[in-house]
Amino acid sequence: MSRAVLLHVGVIALLFALQFVLSDYHHLTLTRVMILSVYAIGFNVLFGYTGLLSLGHALFFATGLYAAGLSATYWGFTAPTAFAAGIAAGLAVSLLIGAVALRTTGVAFMIVTLMFAQAGHLATLYFGDITRGDEGIVLPEASRKFAMLGATVDLADAGLRFNLALVLLAVTIGVSLLIVKRPIGRVLIAIRENEPRTLMLGFDSFRTKLFAVVVSGTISAAAGAATALAFGYVGSTFASIQYSIYPLLWTLLGGAATVLGPVLGTLVMFHLVDLASGYTTASLLVVGVVLVLLVLFFPKGILGTVRARWLPWLP
Amino acid sequence: MTDDKKTTAPASTLTRRDALKGLALTGAAAAGGLTLGPGFVRYAQAQSSAPIKIGFQVHRTGIGAAYGRWYERTTTAAVKLINEAGGINGRPVEVIAEDDGTDPKRGAEVVEKFATQHKTDVAFGTLFSHVVIGSAPRAGELKLPYYVVSEGHHVASGMLNRYTFQPGITDVKSQVQSMAPWIASNLGKKVTMIYPDFAFGYDHRDYFSAAMKAQGGEVTTLIPVPPTETSFTRYFPNIPSDTEVLYHVMVGPAVLTFVKELGEHFGSEHPKLFGFIDSLEAVDLASPGLEFLENSYFWEAFPRHAGASPSAFDTFYREKVGVDANGASTSDPADISTYSHMFGCWETLFILKHAMEAAGYQGEADRAKLIEATEAITTIAEGNEHPQGDKVFNGKTHQVFGHQNITQVKSGKAEVVHRTSIEDGMYPDETDYTKQAL
Repeated sequence: MSRAVLLHVGVIALLFALQFVLSDYHHLTLTRVMILSVYAIGFNVLFGYTGLLSLGHALFFATGLYAAGLSATYWGFTAPTAFAAGIAAGLAVSLLIGAVALRTTGVAFMIVTLMFAQAGHLATLYFGDITRGDEGIVLPEASRKFAMLGATVDLADAGLRFNLALVLLAVTIGVSLLIVKRPIGRVLIAIRENEPRTLMLGFDSFRTKLFAVVVSGTISAAAGAATALAFGYVGSTFASIQYSIYPLLWTLLGGAATVLGPVLGTLVMFHLVDLASGYTTASLLVVGVVLVLLVLFFPKGILGTVRARWLPWLP
Repeated sequence: MTDDKKTTAPASTLTRRDALKGLALTGAAAAGGLTLGPGFVRYAQAQSSAPIKIGFQVHRTGIGAAYGRWYERTTTAAVKLINEAGGINGRPVEVIAEDDGTDPKRGAEVVEKFATQHKTDVAFGTLFSHVVIGSAPRAGELKLPYYVVSEGHHVASGMLNRYTFQPGITDVKSQVQSMAPWIASNLGKKVTMIYPDFAFGYDHRDYFSAAMKAQGGEVTTLIPVPPTETSFTRYFPNIPSDTEVLYHVMVGPAVLTFVKELGEHFGSEHPKLFGFIDSLEAVDLASPGLEFLENSYFWEAFPRHAGASPSAFDTFYREKVGVDANGASTSDPADISTYSHMFGCWETLFILKHAMEAAGYQGEADRAKLIEATEAITTIAEGNEHPQGDKVFNGKTHQVFGHQNITQVKSGKAEVVHRTSIEDGMYPDETDYTKQAL
C-alpha cells in the first residue's frame, strides 16, 4: 500500500475514532462538515484537477437536494431510494449542463455556469407551489426511517448519521483518489496545464472535461441529497449563489488539487465562522480577511503549501 | 428473589390505610433526605441557583437583521424584568444569543449548538420562516423545546413537531383571515392582490382569497411579483379598472420603489389600499416617497403609534423596551421598531416563564413536563406580560390566536380604525401535536 493510500485510510480511521472522544456538539458539527466536504471534493475534481472554475455548483448540489427531498415528500421514497434519485438527477443534470457549458472556456465558462445556477435557483422559487420556495419543506419523518438487513435505520440518530456521513466521505475520497492516481487524472491535469498540447497529443479534451463535470456534479448532488436526508429540510437558499461560492472557498483554503484539501478547508472554515460569530456580527468580514491573507501568503492553500514545502508525494 | 419474597410477604398483610401511611412516611423521609442530606443540599442549591438558559436564535445579520435588532432589544428588556421579579422558579434567566445569519443551514447549526454545547434549556426567538423550518427538525430530534416568534403558518399547519411552539404571535393564516370581514364591508368586495411570488406571498394569496369568498367578496386578480424585482411599473396595468381594493404585501428593500411607482401609476384616482405592515416594519411611515400611502389601511398586530389613549400595558411595555409613542427608539427617533412583531418575543418569554413554573421545571430532565405544561395553556389575559392583548392558545396546534388591528395612515401616523375579535382569526385544527411521542 502506498503512503498516499495509507494517509487517506489513516484520516478516515481517525475520523471514525473521533466520534468516541468528541463532545456532542463537535460530533454533530463534524457530521455536517463531512457531508459538506463531499461537496467540496466534488468541486475540486473540476476546479483543482481540471482547472475549470464553475461558479454554478449550487445547481448540482441543489439538484441532489431537491431530487431526494421532493421524491421523499411527494412520492414516499425512503432514504436509500431518495438518495439514489438525488445521484441519478445529479448525473443527468451535470451531463446536460456539461455538454452545453463546455462549449465555452475561461470567463465564459464561469458566466455560463453561474447563469445556469441562477436559473436553477429561480426555478426553485418559481415552482413554489411544489418546493415552497425559500421557506422550503420539512421531509416526512417516515422517509428518514427505513429497514435495512432486518433493522430499522433512523437518520435522526446522531451516531448512525455520523457513520453514514463518514462512509459517504470515504467513498468520495476513494473515488477522488482513484481518478487522480489513474491515467484519466493525469489527462485532467494535462488539460489544466495546457489544453491545446493535450489535444495535440491525441486526447479528446472535450470528452475528458465532460467526464470531469459529470463526476464533479454527481458527487456534489450526492452531498446535496445527503444534506436533505440527514437534516430533514430542503429550501431554495441551498440553490443560491452563496452555495456556489462556498465550495470554492473551502477548496482554496484547504488546497486546490489535493484530495484532502477540501475536507480540511471545510473543517477550518466551519469553525472559523462558528468562532467568529461568537465575537462579532462581522464574522464574514473575519472570514474574508483570513481568505485575503491566505491568498496573499499561501496561494496554494493549506495542504497545497504543505505539499510544495514538505510532502511532494501528497495527491 | 429471596429478598423480594421477604419484602412482599409482609406487605400482603397490610391494609390499604397502613400502606398509604407507610407511603406517606417513606415520602416524608425521602423528602427529608433530599433536603437534609449533605450531598443533596449542595445539589439542590446548585440546581436552584444555576441560571435557566435560553438559547436566543437571533437574526443579527442577513435579510432579517432589522427585525433581529429589535427582537434582541425586546428580549433583553423582558428578561431584565423577569430577573428583577426573581427569575423563573427562583432561578435567574440567562440569554445566550447566537446569530443565525437569517440562514436555515446556520439556523439548524445554532440549534445544535444550543442543545449540545451551551446546553440551553430551550431555544427561542426565531422569526424568518425558512430559518424556523430549517431548524425545527433538528430541535425536535434533539428534544430541545423551541419557541418561535415567526408568524408563519408552519407551526399550526402540522409541518413541524411536538417540540416547536408559537405561543406569542399569531400566524399569517389567522391574520389574513380576520381582515376579510372588515375589508368586505368597509372597503369593497372586488380585490386585486399584489404579493411576493414565494411562500409568504402564497399564504396571503390562498388564505385571503378563501376568506374573501366566505364574505361574499372576490379576489379578481392575482399579481405575484418575483422577489428579485426592483421595478414594478410593468405589473400595474394588470390591475383591472373595476378593482375596489388593492391588497398589497411586499417585503424587502424594494417597498419604497413599489409605493412610489404605484403613486405615479394611479395619481389621485385609485382604489382603496390595504397593506400588511410587514412591508414597512422598521420604516417610518412619514418617509419621503410614502406620501401615496396617506389615508390607506394597514394590518398591524400591535399599532406602532400609541394614539391618544394607549392601554396602560402598552405604555409600560414601550417604556421598558425603549420605544416612544411613534414606535421609534427613545434614543433615536429615526430608528423605527418592528412593533407588530417584536412584542411576540416579550410575550413568549412570559409564556415560557409561566409554563416552566407550572411544570416545576428544574433542568433538562423536565423538558417533557415543560412541553405538556405549555400545551396545557388555554387563555392568556391582557396585562404587562401580554401588552398586545388577551389571547387563546391551542395546545394541539401549538399556535396562539389573538386580536388584530386595522389602522389608517393620517398625516404619516397610523390610527386604529378597527380591532378584530380573537374568533375572527380562528380556523379548524389542522394537526394535533399532542399525539406525537415526546
